Amino acid sequence: MERAQRQVGLAFISLYTVFLVLFGLLPSAYAIYLAFTKRNAFVGVANFVKVFKDYRFLPAVEHVGLYLVVWLVSLIILVVVLAIIVHAIGVKWLSTGVRFLYYIPGALAGASSVMLWLFVLDPTVSPVSFLLHGLGFNSFVETVQADHLPVTLAIIAFWTGAGGWIIVMYGALNNISRDVIEAARVDGAGPIRTAWFIQIPLLRKWIAYMVVLSFAGGTQLFVEPRVLSQASRGVVSQDYSLNQLAFLYAFKQSDFNGSAAISLVLLVVALVLSVIFVFRGGLFERA
Amino acid sequence: MRDDSPAAWLGRAVAILLLVVFAAFFVVPIVWLLIAPTKTDRQMLLDAPFSFGSLQTVADNWQSLVSFQDGLLWTWIGNSAFYCIAALAITLVTSIPAGYALALTEFRGRKALLATTLIVMLVPSTALVLPIFLELSAVHLIGNPLAAILPFSFFPFGVYLTYIYFSTAISRDLLDAARIDGASEVQVFARVAMPLATPVIALVGFFSFTSNWNNYFLPYVMLPGRKAPIQVGLAEMLSNVPQFNPTNAASSTISLSALALATLVAIAPVMIVFLFAQRFLVTGMTAGGTKE
Repeated sequence: MERAQRQVGLAFISLYTVFLVLFGLLPSAYAIYLAFTKRNAFVGVANFVKVFKDYRFLPAVEHVGLYLVVWLVSLIILVVVLAIIVHAIGVKWLSTGVRFLYYIPGALAGASSVMLWLFVLDPTVSPVSFLLHGLGFNSFVETVQADHLPVTLAIIAFWTGAGGWIIVMYGALNNISRDVIEAARVDGAGPIRTAWFIQIPLLRKWIAYMVVLSFAGGTQLFVEPRVLSQASRGVVSQDYSLNQLAFLYAFKQSDFNGSAAISLVLLVVALVLSVIFVFRGGLFERA
Repeated sequence: MRDDSPAAWLGRAVAILLLVVFAAFFVVPIVWLLIAPTKTDRQMLLDAPFSFGSLQTVADNWQSLVSFQDGLLWTWIGNSAFYCIAALAITLVTSIPAGYALALTEFRGRKALLATTLIVMLVPSTALVLPIFLELSAVHLIGNPLAAILPFSFFPFGVYLTYIYFSTAISRDLLDAARIDGASEVQVFARVAMPLATPVIALVGFFSFTSNWNNYFLPYVMLPGRKAPIQVGLAEMLSNVPQFNPTNAASSTISLSALALATLVAIAPVMIVFLFAQRFLVTGMTAGGTKE
């Protein structure tokens, strides 16, 4: 019986394991190989030195870094605050309705959400043109100027992703026992003290989860600046983010080794975060 | 018991204000997008943002989309449907048994596979796009539909969801009872586990379909031109909109409001799935947090 179970177990994971190897492990291994070679000869870190010295590399790091700071800070503060407020709504249909409204933009991702934001950011047609004019933007090109692009990209990312995280936090808040909250109330804690001393500490794991996934995802920035670049005729540059730069290496310069070097840097960042989180984050203890 | 002190009252007012402001932030762009195709470009520029144009304009815009490069839009949508549905089928066939095996059977390497799955699941899929591109171009698969379908089918999150579901929803005792009744291991899976698995199949299907439908980067590098899915096509369409590319002398142009309609068409399948799925979504998104 034990043997039969083992065999079925192995058979059931076999197909998935093939995919894991072909589209998870093998591409990573191949990227490592490419990043340390040139025309199939080992070149040490030469490819990395080359891309790091590329005049476009540091600005791209700076763009992505700024975007991440703005996005993550607003994500943490607003998602937690909104989730706690939504959780406090006593009327069931209202709470469900609000969560659903917040989540709708999650249906739009990739090019279609950026496409919609092209309209929103164009003061001549925007539904919030009064806001854009108020900020002194009178044309699309003015709205997407480089210096406030990190904020703009963060707003787009927040718009598509925050609702999903609010639902996740809401679910986690439901796991906090009512007795604990009730005890706090009896002790005279108002909603703010309850949030600060009870709810937020118990949400910590989930906040960490959100930050890890968002940080790793954010370093990958590609479609937003790419479509904005296309729409603004180059006001947003083609090499705004690191992934765009890796893309240009592969497609414009036919330099797969350089492309692999940048991809590998990004992959390692994501991988390190992910490993730390899986083993230290406290969310996957059962595993 | 309601606290009616001025401070509490003020707190509630601020909370409600925040809720309303953010509801507007999330919803206004979508409402605008629903109205935009009813207006001509001139009306979009001159009329109030939320004024309604006419249904005739919607029909005109529809016509210009249909005729855009001999119905290229439908080719793109068809491609998306083909890639996503094929990938969905492969994902279910690979991940449901795998999640079951990880949750309810014992074999060597189970813990290692589980840990690897978790790690890969947390790595954003975009991080692997260029490495997979480099790999697939080494085996000359670029331009082949498989170059999108196969990477789309690798969905560790689906395995994780199934694993969580089976390890919480089904007890080992239940399986043992079936075994004592003489069921073989495959029968145990097919007759005991599968009938209970409908919710998780729906959940995995939902996440696989929506994330693949919305994926831009991967198909963009793998499948250029007529083989592109709608997300890539939509961005392609942008270069035929004179407002954004005035120097473009393309023969077929797309008006702004037709582009808005195209965006709506592109998101419609996911929107429909969303409306139907909203009830079980909340459960699914917090699957990892449910306590035993």
